[in-house]
Amino acid sequence: MARMTVAKAMTECLKAEGITTVFGYPGAAICPFYDELNNTEIRHVLVRHEVNGGHAASGYARITGKPAVAIATSGPGALNLITAIATAYMDSVPMVVITGQVNSDQLGRDVFQEADITGSAEPFVKHSYLLKRPEDTAEIFKRAFYIAGTGRRGPVLIDIPVDVQTAEIDFEYPESVDIRSYRPSTMGNGLSVKRAVNAILAAEKPLILAGGGLFTGGAVGLMRELAERTDIPVVSTMMGLGAVSTDSPLYYGMIGMHGCKSANMAINTCDTLILLGARVGDRSIAEMKKRENLQVVHIDIDPAEIGKNIGVNVPIVGDLTLVLGQLLDQLTDKLDHSEWRRKLDEYRVEKPVKAAAEGFVNPKLFIKTLDKYLPTHSVVVADVGSNQMWTAANITINDGRFLTSGGMGTMGYAIPAALGAKAADPSAEVVAVCGDGSFQMQMMELATALQHDIAIKVIVMRNNYLGMVRELQEKAYGSRRVAVSLDGSPSYTKIAEAYGIETVLCDSEDMIDGAIERMISSDKPFLIEVAVEEFEKTIL
Amino acid sequence: MKHTISVLVENHAGVLARVAGLFARRGFNIDSLAVGVTDDENVSRMTIVADGSAYTLEQIEKQLNKLIDVIKVKTLSQESMVSRELVLIKVSCTPKQRPEIISIVELSHGKISDICANSITIEISDSQQQLNNFEELLRPYGIKEIVRTGTIAMQKGEATVRI
Repeated sequence: MARMTVAKAMTECLKAEGITTVFGYPGAAICPFYDELNNTEIRHVLVRHEVNGGHAASGYARITGKPAVAIATSGPGALNLITAIATAYMDSVPMVVITGQVNSDQLGRDVFQEADITGSAEPFVKHSYLLKRPEDTAEIFKRAFYIAGTGRRGPVLIDIPVDVQTAEIDFEYPESVDIRSYRPSTMGNGLSVKRAVNAILAAEKPLILAGGGLFTGGAVGLMRELAERTDIPVVSTMMGLGAVSTDSPLYYGMIGMHGCKSANMAINTCDTLILLGARVGDRSIAEMKKRENLQVVHIDIDPAEIGKNIGVNVPIVGDLTLVLGQLLDQLTDKLDHSEWRRKLDEYRVEKPVKAAAEGFVNPKLFIKTLDKYLPTHSVVVADVGSNQMWTAANITINDGRFLTSGGMGTMGYAIPAALGAKAADPSAEVVAVCGDGSFQMQMMELATALQHDIAIKVIVMRNNYLGMVRELQEKAYGSRRVAVSLDGSPSYTKIAEAYGIETVLCDSEDMIDGAIERMISSDKPFLIEVAVEEFEKTIL
Repeated sequence: MKHTISVLVENHAGVLARVAGLFARRGFNIDSLAVGVTDDENVSRMTIVADGSAYTLEQIEKQLNKLIDVIKVKTLSQESMVSRELVLIKVSCTPKQRPEIISIVELSHGKISDICANSITIEISDSQQQLNNFEELLRPYGIKEIVRTGTIAMQKGEATVRI
């Protein structure tokens, strides 16, 4: 028990949770905490917009698998974080978000920079706290980290009035935590596991659908073991990309609206579908037809996801690591599904990459070339839009990671998330792929990369359009292009130069190799502007 | 279809807002919601009457269970529960009509809680269906105001919804 201010206690809580890096943006209502943060070894990365602090924490957490911390001040600072909180919530990313708040005796009076952040963020947080009693500090932090990092992961918000931060308390961090209303399930129900085993053994055309939960649950290795032992082909959602190595013969691609033919054929012709940590959102199962005789085994840590979007025959609620262990214990024999897989192999089509016109680069060729140069242990962060689909479809993920904003589709995610990922794993090559639309939502973060010496690599696919929206308008709105031209945009290499970042413009296909080689060999932030033809399509 | 759900929650500030927000944003329809503290002062009970299909009910239960402050969720079956609602009704009533109204109230096991020159206030607790019938009986006299508490319910027999 030691006497200290809440602000100091907050830093002690972070230390006790093993936090070494935080992302944030200060302001008056969080100054007592920042003042104490300065007396610790914790690295503070100053982002250039609060939302990017949230995305950076998200990228960090997805690499470490543990809750990461984002910080903002009250009012606008906190409100700017909401998009990042919601993005993390949709993709089950563990985060603890700390916001300053106005004096507790002024709450509810609409004073300067006051916003009801716990109220406004409520739909997007796993839980939230308004810390009103200084003596609750340790307990609330302990609970927040526990809730964020267990069960279905997600963001937890702690809002702390500035007068609470300066109050003095007797501090001791609790060793354990017990919340009677929160007991995330762990082992799968024995009977259900048995039924899943039987379904797998009885299946002639089984298929594993790998979701993002395999990464958050730390179950990638076990899933690969299961797939190999049972010889069951694997397809993935966008969040599950790389759960099985994308160049594995067992892998048949990403499903969904922007998925590939072999994956969507697999999901429409299998007789038993095993969903692992996938919530099967609408975009994933957009190409999936309803079939009555399909057996569905759904394993997820969140009971609310089971049966929400797709009918289920065998529901198993549990931690994927444990449930996959249970399955592997009972599925000891090697199975053979080569006949079924050979049929699926027929749908594998290598689409030819057309050469781009003079002065341009085919983005798929660019990503395929990038793929050749990237070390296997790399992190590729795709933004949202055409660039995301070009990247997802052409990148190989083996023991590296593919990160993107899957559920929320938040533009402006790639660069801050890449900053977080690189801060978490400085040994990994971390590449952010953006379009010219999304780049302009996040380019201020180039300064963060420089200031904090975080050597991320940035690819800007420039086609001067919000390409994916334009394609939608062409398909569904009689080709009336509305508000999708990005005329007036700057030269992105000049932007990079203005920041003092090494850069190269890649506007012909024979420059690709050289540009990528230069980028990879640099140990500093680097930006490649890729000139893409205006009407380049997402899919073809 | 109507469902009666008994929910035990931590007795904190903000819990009602979380539950109400959940129903609103997920498009679940609430017919009534009654909250009160239990024999444990740290725990409140919400009795929620909601309308929806079996799928909706399953989602309501699962989503409620995801809220950290929700301790227990139990849907009570119509046959095995006792449900009550308290209603206060103010009815126009001339001195001449009093005996007539008073006899209706007595037959229905209600109580006269206030009386004045030209109106009478009645309190009655019963199941929702019985209360609707009672309201219809009084309608011809002219209902001035009605206040209903929303349904509260408990399982019959030994069964309880406790921590």
